[in-house]
Amino acid sequence: MLTIDNLHVRVAGKDILKGLSLKVNAGEVHAIMGPNGAGKSTLGNVLAGREGYEVTQGSVVWNGKDLLELEPEERAAEGVFLAFQYPVEIPGVNNTYFLRAALNAQRKRRGEAELDSMQFLKRVREKLAVLHLKDELLHRAVNEGFSGGEKKRNEIFQMALLEPKLAILDETDSGLDIDALKMVADGVNAMRDPARAFVVITHYQRLLDYIVPDFVHVLADGRIVESGDKSLALKLEEHGYSWIAERKLAGAA
Amino acid sequence: MVAGFLEPLLADGVARQGSQSGWLAQVRTRALEQLIRDGLPGPRNEAWKYTSLRAIGQRRYARSDPAAATRPIDANLLDLPGVEGPRLVFVNGGFRADLSIIADVPGMELRSLSDVLEAEPDSLREFLSRSFDNAEDAFARLNTVLASDGVVIRVAAGARIVPPVHLVIAGAVAEKELAWQLRCIFDIGEGAALRLVEHHVGENGHGHFGNVLSQLALRANARLDLLQVQNGAETASLTRRTEALLDAGAHLEMRSIEVGAQWMRHDLAVRLNGDRSRFVSRGVFALRGRQHADTRLDIRHSARDTACDIVWRGVADQRARGVFHGAITVESGADGSDAQLSNKNLLLSDQAEIDTQPVLEIHADEVKAAHGATVGQLDEGALFYLRSRGIGPAQARSLLTLAFCRVAFDSIENGVLREYLDALMLERLPQAADGDSQTKSSQ
Repeated sequence: MLTIDNLHVRVAGKDILKGLSLKVNAGEVHAIMGPNGAGKSTLGNVLAGREGYEVTQGSVVWNGKDLLELEPEERAAEGVFLAFQYPVEIPGVNNTYFLRAALNAQRKRRGEAELDSMQFLKRVREKLAVLHLKDELLHRAVNEGFSGGEKKRNEIFQMALLEPKLAILDETDSGLDIDALKMVADGVNAMRDPARAFVVITHYQRLLDYIVPDFVHVLADGRIVESGDKSLALKLEEHGYSWIAERKLAGAA
Repeated sequence: MVAGFLEPLLADGVARQGSQSGWLAQVRTRALEQLIRDGLPGPRNEAWKYTSLRAIGQRRYARSDPAAATRPIDANLLDLPGVEGPRLVFVNGGFRADLSIIADVPGMELRSLSDVLEAEPDSLREFLSRSFDNAEDAFARLNTVLASDGVVIRVAAGARIVPPVHLVIAGAVAEKELAWQLRCIFDIGEGAALRLVEHHVGENGHGHFGNVLSQLALRANARLDLLQVQNGAETASLTRRTEALLDAGAHLEMRSIEVGAQWMRHDLAVRLNGDRSRFVSRGVFALRGRQHADTRLDIRHSARDTACDIVWRGVADQRARGVFHGAITVESGADGSDAQLSNKNLLLSDQAEIDTQPVLEIHADEVKAAHGATVGQLDEGALFYLRSRGIGPAQARSLLTLAFCRVAFDSIENGVLREYLDALMLERLPQAADGDSQTKSSQ
C-alpha cells in the first residue's frame, strides 16, 4: 500500500531523513517512535506534501503512484491524511464550512458526487456521536480559541469525516491529559479497518496502550534502526532511547 | 484664477438653487473664495501624501447632468438584499422620486435637501454654516459651494426607527463626464435610534467624479447604525467626507465595505463630544486592477470616558493601491477615554501597495489606548493546512482572504445581508475560474 524506500530529506540545508525505508499494508497500524530530532515530524510532513522539504534521494509509492509527485490536495484526495502536531487556527473560516469544502473538493477530484448540506450534516452528526464531541465545535472558526485537547480532537474528527485510507498521526498524544488521550484513541480504534492503515508517530509509549500497534519502529538519526512488535515499545519505555544506541554500538563492535 | 478641474465647476459661481438665505450665501461665497485662493491640495500637503490629485486636477468635468431626473438606470443595481424599508435614490447627483420609496415613518422626517432649502433653510443652519478652513478640505469646500441637493433625515427625540433607511447613490452613463455633489444631513434626536445604509453603486463605463459631504449629529444617548457599502463603478472617482458629532452617551456603530470606484477617498471625522459617547468602526477595503482607495480617519475624544473601537482590514491585488490613515486624538480633559485601533492588511500581488499609518495623540490622563498596523501576506501554514485536507490552492486562498475581510461585517445580524456581503467580497477577491486548474507549486 505504502512503500517508502531509502528516503533522504533535507530541510533548510540540513539532512534530516537519511535513508528511511518502511512498508505499510492495508489494515496495519505502525507506530514510529524515536527521540526528539530524529526526524519523526519530517516524515509526516514530507508524506503530506508540506513545502520546504527537499527529497534528495529515495521514493515513496502510494497505491502504485509516486506520492512525492502529487500536490498536497491531490494526496488528500488519494486518501492520505495528516493529523497535525500543531493544528492551525483559521479565524473567520467556519469549521463546518471548511469540512464540507474539504470533503467535496476531495470527492470532486475523485469524480464522486458532492454532498449537499443535508447529506453532509447527517454524516457530521454520525461522526460527532462516535467521538463524543459537542455540536458547538462545528459553529466555531477552525481551531480558533480551541484548547490543545480540542485541537487534537478536531484533527481526529476531521479524519473520521474524511475517511482517509492512510492516516498519519503526528504526535497527536502530545499535550493531552488521560481523558483526551482515551478519546483520541477511541476515535482511531473506531476507524480501524482492513482497508485502512495508520502511521502513529509518538515520543511516548503511553498512547500505544490505547492504540495497539501491529508494528513498532524506532527512528533515530534519520532512519529506522529497529523494528518489532508492540513489545518493542515497552522495552523502550523501560530502557529509554539510549538503549537502542547502545545496542547498535554493541552490534557494530 | 483656477484652472483644470475647478475651472468649469466654478465658472458660474455658487449654486443658485433654493431660496438663498443671507447666511447661506455668505458661507458659499466664503468657500468659493477659499477654493479660488488655495485650489486643490498639492503633493506637499500631508493629508494628500499618498493620494495624488495630479491626474484629477487636470480633468474637466461638467457641473451637472441636465438629464439626471430621467436617466434610465438598471433597477437591479439599486437593490440590497436583506434591506427593505424607505429608500432614497440619487442618480448622477439628482434626487429621483420615481426610484425612491418614501414611506411615512412616525418619528422620522425624510426629505431631499433641495426641498428643505426651498422651504426652511434656516432649520439647517447648524449644519450648513460649517466652514472648512484647511486647504486640505478642498472637496468639502467644493461641496459647500455647489451642492444643491442631498438628503435630510431628522429623527425625533426618543423615536426608535425600525426599518433601515436605504440611501442609494448611483452613477449612470451620461453624454459627458460629471462632477456631482451631494450634501447629506442626519440629525438623530435625544435617545433616538436609526439604522442607515449608505450604498454607492454605478453603471460600468462612466467616469464621473462624485463628491459627498455627510454630517451626522447624534444627540444625547442617540444611536446610529451606519452601514456603508461602496460598490461604485470601477471607472468612477468618488470622494466623501463624513463628519459625526456625538453628544453624551451617544453611540455610532459603523460598518464600511469599500470595493468600488477607480479612485476613492473617504475622510471620516468623528468627534466624541459628550461624556461616555462611543464610536465603533469595522471596515474593509478590497482592491484590484489599478484601483486606488484612501481611507482617512480622524477621531477626537473631547469628553470624559469616551471610547472608540476601530478594526479595519485592507486587501490589495494586482496593481491596486490602498491607503489607511487612522488618527486618534485624546484631547486634554478627556480623562478615562479608551481608544483602540487595529489595521491589518494583505498584499496579494508583488505590485500591489498598501500604506498604513496609525497616529495616536494623547493629552489626557488615565487613558487606555492601543493601536497597531500590519501589512503582510497570506499565512503559508494556514494555506498548507487547508490544502492538506483536499482544498485546492485557489480555493484555499480565496477562503483565507474572505475570512480576513469578514471582520468588517461578520457582526451584522441580518443574515441575508451578511451573505450578500460575503458574495460581494468573494466576487472581488482573486479566484481561479476553476478550483482544480491551479498552477503547480514547487515542493
